[in-house]
Amino acid sequence: MKITIERAALLRSLGHVQSVVERRNTIPILSNVLLRAENGELALTATDMDLEIVESVPAEIARPGSATAPAHTLYDIARKLPDGSQVELDATGDLLTLRSGRSQFKLGTLPVEDFPAMSGGDMGHRFALSAADLKMLIDRTKFAISTEETRYYLNGIYVHASKTKAGGADVPVLRAVATDGHRLARVEMPLPDGASGIPGVIVPRKTVLEVRKLLDEAADRIEVQLSETKVRFTFDSITLTSKLIDGTFPDYERVIPTGNDKVMEVDPKLFAAAVDRVATISTEKSRAVKLSLDRNVLTLSANSPEAGSATEELEVSYGAAALEIGFNSRYLLDITQQIEGDGARFTMADAGSPTIVRDVADGSALYVLMPMRV
Amino acid sequence: MHPVDVSAARPEAHEPDGLCRDCGAAVPADTRRCPACRSGRVLHHPELHGLAIAHLDCDAFYASVEKRDRPELADKPVIVGGGQRGVVSACCYVARMYGVRSAMPMFKALAACPDAVVIRPDMRKYAAVGRQVRALMEAVTPLVEPLSIDEAFLDLSGTETLHGGSPARTLVLLARRIETEIGVTASIGLSHNKFLAKVASDLDKPRGLAVIGRAETLDFLAAKPVGLIWGVGKALRAKLEADGLRAIGQLRETDPALLVARYGSMGHRLAEFARGEDRRTVTPNAPAKSISAETTFARDLRALSDLEAQLWPLCEEVAGRLKKAGLAGAGVTLKLKSADFKLRTRSAKLSSPTQLADRLFRTGRDLLRAEADGTPYRLIGIGCGELVDGGRADPPDLLDPGLARRAQVEKAIDAVRDRLGAAAIAKGRGLGVKPRRQRDD
Repeated sequence: MKITIERAALLRSLGHVQSVVERRNTIPILSNVLLRAENGELALTATDMDLEIVESVPAEIARPGSATAPAHTLYDIARKLPDGSQVELDATGDLLTLRSGRSQFKLGTLPVEDFPAMSGGDMGHRFALSAADLKMLIDRTKFAISTEETRYYLNGIYVHASKTKAGGADVPVLRAVATDGHRLARVEMPLPDGASGIPGVIVPRKTVLEVRKLLDEAADRIEVQLSETKVRFTFDSITLTSKLIDGTFPDYERVIPTGNDKVMEVDPKLFAAAVDRVATISTEKSRAVKLSLDRNVLTLSANSPEAGSATEELEVSYGAAALEIGFNSRYLLDITQQIEGDGARFTMADAGSPTIVRDVADGSALYVLMPMRV
Repeated sequence: MHPVDVSAARPEAHEPDGLCRDCGAAVPADTRRCPACRSGRVLHHPELHGLAIAHLDCDAFYASVEKRDRPELADKPVIVGGGQRGVVSACCYVARMYGVRSAMPMFKALAACPDAVVIRPDMRKYAAVGRQVRALMEAVTPLVEPLSIDEAFLDLSGTETLHGGSPARTLVLLARRIETEIGVTASIGLSHNKFLAKVASDLDKPRGLAVIGRAETLDFLAAKPVGLIWGVGKALRAKLEADGLRAIGQLRETDPALLVARYGSMGHRLAEFARGEDRRTVTPNAPAKSISAETTFARDLRALSDLEAQLWPLCEEVAGRLKKAGLAGAGVTLKLKSADFKLRTRSAKLSSPTQLADRLFRTGRDLLRAEADGTPYRLIGIGCGELVDGGRADPPDLLDPGLARRAQVEKAIDAVRDRLGAAAIAKGRGLGVKPRRQRDD
């Protein structure tokens, strides 16, 4: 293999694929990126055996072929080369020679045959959605993904087709749900064409975060393919294929309370700023903030034996019986930061039961938050 | 605050008062019997009141605890250890007169002392007593560095004003307190650094107080074997002996640079210790990073149900200690030792800190399932780490509505036990090796 490619293009693609490669690998080949040059394109592949990213970039190909080389080293080299330079990659035997200007690097390679390939092929289900919608689904749920290994089936976003009531009719929706037992986020959007028969799948956290990174510079349409065990996202010239979490997501609907009757409406930006201020005092580990509600006045307070105390009053809309309820301030901020409208609606029962938070103007997202003792 | 004048406690030009090892009273120089309690166990030493680094070591600890609990054994040779495993964990001083030593194979010990009373070790009991001893040590100085459940270094520098007397006197009173309040005896070594304090505590066992002063340090060490030095084990001792170095005095005469060249970083320590120097400070352990309990089985176990039955009481113990300490932890570690002494540890992280035996057990059991593969095990243990304030323990979980109820059940059981004792009530899974009823809650 011998190719010439622009440094900027190489850097950009390596940047995308290298983040899949774990820094410490017990299997040497997994530290490498697979380079395959043919038909005027260089394809770069990186994998951790659960997640694979393939990206193609135009390149000038002098001699088609393929090689594998250490991904992080190659990325670091590309990063340090001067802007605007041309890079020549020349693989012969078990050596990859990189030349650019007056720099020359020789890197050890590993056999291409050893590079684990994720089986391709058709996955059965195929639909498309806009980058903005996918971004929305991820951003509004990813903070609630659990990192607890014992409940591994919570270590991702549960994506499935469902129905929601709108104006007396059942409207099909695509739903994304994540929970860690302390909070739950459920977001939905109109079901895209082709997604009606999809199985409910749990997309792992690492995959979610990689997809999210790529979305910032992605074209508008993302194609999603799905099987019982795998998911594939295709953007422009990037294909990301991932295994799914093999587990059963809990029946989350049971967790969403239906009888809560105490309703508070508040400006989410003012609320978040006040929570953030008051939480300065709460202990680092608990981050507890108390909400005291009485007749359109919300008093936020925090106490810590070491730091002192803080209170702040906020005008809200609240007409139910007086209530005191405590929350983890981080969780409150995570949720209210996702509310774009100028009203957040908290629907509460009591200090020991889950609270529902929604955007007054936008019914697509619903958050459930467990209170804490304060 | 006024700085404490430590120099006041330094040795004076004239011989200071001696000390009664029984009652801690001052004994005038050249007096052989304590004027206060008439005891003959009087200690005179020119530096007695100027030394502050101590090593306290309980005497024949496991055996002493057993004798305390069974006074009829007081004058009998007692050996703790054995079972099928066959080594002496501890032996009382009566048994030692017959030649029994700890770590001796049981059949040898019984050949030497056929009348010995052999008792199975009850590590949980010894650990509990060890904690009581530690609490008394910590009442004397915050600088307590535990080495094991029954021994620790103490630094009593600057405690003269607080305790109204020299460290030596404070230590005598501490030893008496351990004896009267807990019912076991301890021996103390007092010197000017940790190495020598530890050496000294062995000089006057049992119920001893021995002192190694600065002035006598070099003479004391000269003829002692190199194996006395902390860190010199069998292998290094053999190497030193092969190099012609048997006595500490010989080490001192060897060029330190040569020792370093030949024995690496250990050479430094050899050179320093040979001169009676030890710069290590007494450093109290950081607050507990984890709380754990383990048990060795009488015979190896393989079946999941048998292992689970052993696991549950350990979870209860860890939970009990967490609750008592006002702590909770989200890290759970299962420890297993197979019959061929291979250690397996498996960890999991909970979504929130716990102090419930129930959650520890469920997590431990999940970890155990994968390990109960037919391997025979000799030991199981469970630990809880990532400790935080107990007020944050076991918050309600959206996905586990039964958690709050189970927490209440455990609280109720704790309350009954507080009033009626630990045996008053037990969960089904705590009742021996009976297969546990499967409950899905």
